[in-house]
Amino acid sequence: MRNLLLQGLLRRPVTDVPPLPDAAAREELAALAGRVGAAARRRLGRSLSIRQVDAGSCNACELEINALANSYYDLERFGLRFVASPRHADVLLVTGPVTRNMREALERTWQATPAPKWVIASGDCAAGCGLFSESYACVGSVGAVLPVDLHIRGCPPTPTELLAGLLSLLEAASGRGRGL
Amino acid sequence: MSPARSARPSRAGSGALSALVRAGRLVAPGAWPRSVLSTDQWLQLYAGFQAGAFDLVALWGEPGWVHIAAREAQTTAIFSLACPQGAYPALGRLHAPAIRLERALADLVGLRPQGLPDARPWLDHGRWTTGQPLSRRRRRRAAQPYAFLPVEGEGLHEIPVGPVHAGVIEPGHFRLTVNGETIVRLEERLGYVHRGAAALMRGAAVSRAARLAGRICGDSTVAYAYAFALAVERALGVEAPPRAQWLRALMAELERLANHLGDIGAVCNDAAFSLLHAHCGMLREQVLRACHAAFGHRLMMDGVAPGGVTADLRDGGVAVLMELVETVRRTFPGLVDIYDETNSLQDRVVGTGVVRPEWVRRFAAGGYVGRAAGRPFDARRQAPYELYGELAFDAPVLSEGDVNARVWIRIREVEQSLAILDQLLAAPPDLPWRVDLPKPSKAAREGAALVESFRGDVFLWVRLDATGALEACWFRDPSWFQWPLLEAAIEGGIVGDFPLCNKSFNCAYAGHDG
Repeated sequence: MRNLLLQGLLRRPVTDVPPLPDAAAREELAALAGRVGAAARRRLGRSLSIRQVDAGSCNACELEINALANSYYDLERFGLRFVASPRHADVLLVTGPVTRNMREALERTWQATPAPKWVIASGDCAAGCGLFSESYACVGSVGAVLPVDLHIRGCPPTPTELLAGLLSLLEAASGRGRGL
Repeated sequence: MSPARSARPSRAGSGALSALVRAGRLVAPGAWPRSVLSTDQWLQLYAGFQAGAFDLVALWGEPGWVHIAAREAQTTAIFSLACPQGAYPALGRLHAPAIRLERALADLVGLRPQGLPDARPWLDHGRWTTGQPLSRRRRRRAAQPYAFLPVEGEGLHEIPVGPVHAGVIEPGHFRLTVNGETIVRLEERLGYVHRGAAALMRGAAVSRAARLAGRICGDSTVAYAYAFALAVERALGVEAPPRAQWLRALMAELERLANHLGDIGAVCNDAAFSLLHAHCGMLREQVLRACHAAFGHRLMMDGVAPGGVTADLRDGGVAVLMELVETVRRTFPGLVDIYDETNSLQDRVVGTGVVRPEWVRRFAAGGYVGRAAGRPFDARRQAPYELYGELAFDAPVLSEGDVNARVWIRIREVEQSLAILDQLLAAPPDLPWRVDLPKPSKAAREGAALVESFRGDVFLWVRLDATGALEACWFRDPSWFQWPLLEAAIEGGIVGDFPLCNKSFNCAYAGHDG
C-alpha cells in the first residue's frame, strides 16, 4: 500500500482537462440568469450541491453520474458535489421517464429542497424522448412533474457531457458566465 | 484466501424434467421445449421444486396461461398450464422463491395464485394508468397503504429507508426493524422503477424491442440485448455468424469486467476504505474508455441485436482492447493484495452478511451471490451458448457466503474475464458480423435464452407473430432470486453493515422492476 500511496504523490494526476460549458446549455440557461437574484448568487458563490434522483432510469445514467466522481473527471475540483439529502441541495439531477410509482417521491424530494433550487433533467428518458415515455407506468418526462432548468441529452449522457452541462449551470448560477 | 475450486457441470439428473416434457402436450419443440401440462402433471412439477430436484428459472403468464421455466441438471424446459378461470394453484405455498414472481404475475396479468401465503401486490403500487396491463380485462387498483409485515416486541424500532437513497443509486424501499443496533428484520419493497417494459415490447418490431431489451437494466445492457438476440434467433431458427458471436463475447466480458471492478471498489468504499474505490474507479473508467474506442459507446448499448451486432469493431479496436487487458492485468493484483492485507477492511467484510448454501440452492440464486455460497451455476458453463462452449475458463466457487466471498468471486471473475479476452483477441473471425433475419415460419416461433450477466443469469423468452413482430415477451432478472436472500443475510447483523452487505449483493432495481 505504501508504494501505491507514494506513486500517487509522485505521478502526475490523471485528471482530464475540463470540457467547455455546453453552448446549447448556455442558451437554455440564459433565462436562468434573470431568475437568480444577486443575493442568491452571493450565497452560492461558485459551489453547487447536487442531489441525484433516479425517477425510473435503467441505471445506465447512474453509472455515468457516478463516474463523475472518479479521478479522471474529479467533479469536486469545480465546487460541485453530491449530497445525501435534498435539504442540503441546490440542484436536483433527475434521471428516468418518471415512473408513476416514483412520482410522489420525486415531488417530495423537490419540496424538501430549499430555494433557490434548480432541476436538471438528465438523459433522453428524463427529457421525454426515451423509449418508455408511452407506458402505462410512466409520466413521460421530468418536465411534466417539475420545472426543468436544463436538459442534458444522451442515452446515457457521458460524464463529459454531464460535466459540460453542470459547468454551464455553475456559470449561470454564479452569474459569471459570458453573456449572462 | 486460496483460489476457488472450479465448477464442473454436474452429471445429468434422473431425467424427471424430460419425462414431464414428454408427458405433456409439446407445443414448442427445440432445445428448450415447451409443454402444456394437465393439472396433475403441473402438481408433479411443483413436487419437483419442493423436493429440490428442479430449479425455478422463471414464472410468468399471459391471459389464461401460466408458464414456468424449470431446470434439472443440463435440461431446461418450459411448462404451461391453462387457467381459463383466471386462477391456478400457487407454487409459492410450496416453494418460497416463487412468491414474489406470483405476486408480480397477479399485478401484471391478473392471474390469481390460489393459496399464496402473501397476496399483497408487488409491482403495482396503485398508481398506474391501468391495472393488470398484460391482461385483456384491465381493472385499475386503487392506491392503498402498503401493509408491511408486523413486527412486535419490546424495544423495537423501525428505520424506513428510501425510495430515494442517500447515494447515487436506484430507488427502492427498505424497512429495517432494529433492536438497538441489531437488525431484527429487513423487509424490501420494490417496484418503484417499473416502466412496463414487457408491455411495451408486445407488438413492437424486433429492432425496437431490442433497444427496449437493452434498457431494462442499464448495467447489464449487453447481457439483456444478448439474451434477447439469442431468444429471437432461436425462435426464427437462425444463428449469428462467427464474427458476431466473437463481438458479443467481447462485449459481454468487457461489461462483466467494468461492473466487477466498479463493485469491488464500491464495497471497499462502503467499508470506508476509499483508496481502493479510487483505484478501482480508475480501472473501470479505463475499461469504459476502451469500450468507447472499440465499439463507439462506453456501455456498448444497442451493440448486440438479433442477427448479429449493430456495428463491427472499430479500426484499431483489437489493439486498444489488448492494451486494456495488459493494463488491468498489471494493476489489479496490487489492489487485490491491499484488499486482502488491510485488517480494518477485512474486519468489516469477513463473516458479514452470510448467505447459507441451502438458501442459494433453494432459491437457485445465480451470480456471485450463488457462487460465493457453494452453488456453481454459471450459464456460460452449465448452459453454454455460442462461443462459451469452446472458451477455456473457470467459474470460481466459494462456500463462505459472506461479503468477503462475494468480493473474491468478483476478483476471480475479473481474472477469468481477462483470460477469455486474451483467447478472443488472439483469433478474430472473418466477416460478416450480421445476417438478415428470415421470415417467421408457421411453426412455434418461440425462443428462450439464459445469458450470464455480471450479476447472474438473465432469462428471456419471446414469441413472434406471423409478421415477425413480438407477440409476447418475458424476462427475469437474476435479482429476483437474490433480493430475498439479502433479507435473510442481514438478519441479526448491525445497521451499519447493511449498506456494505447490500453493495456486496448489488441487486438490480430496474432489472427486477421491469
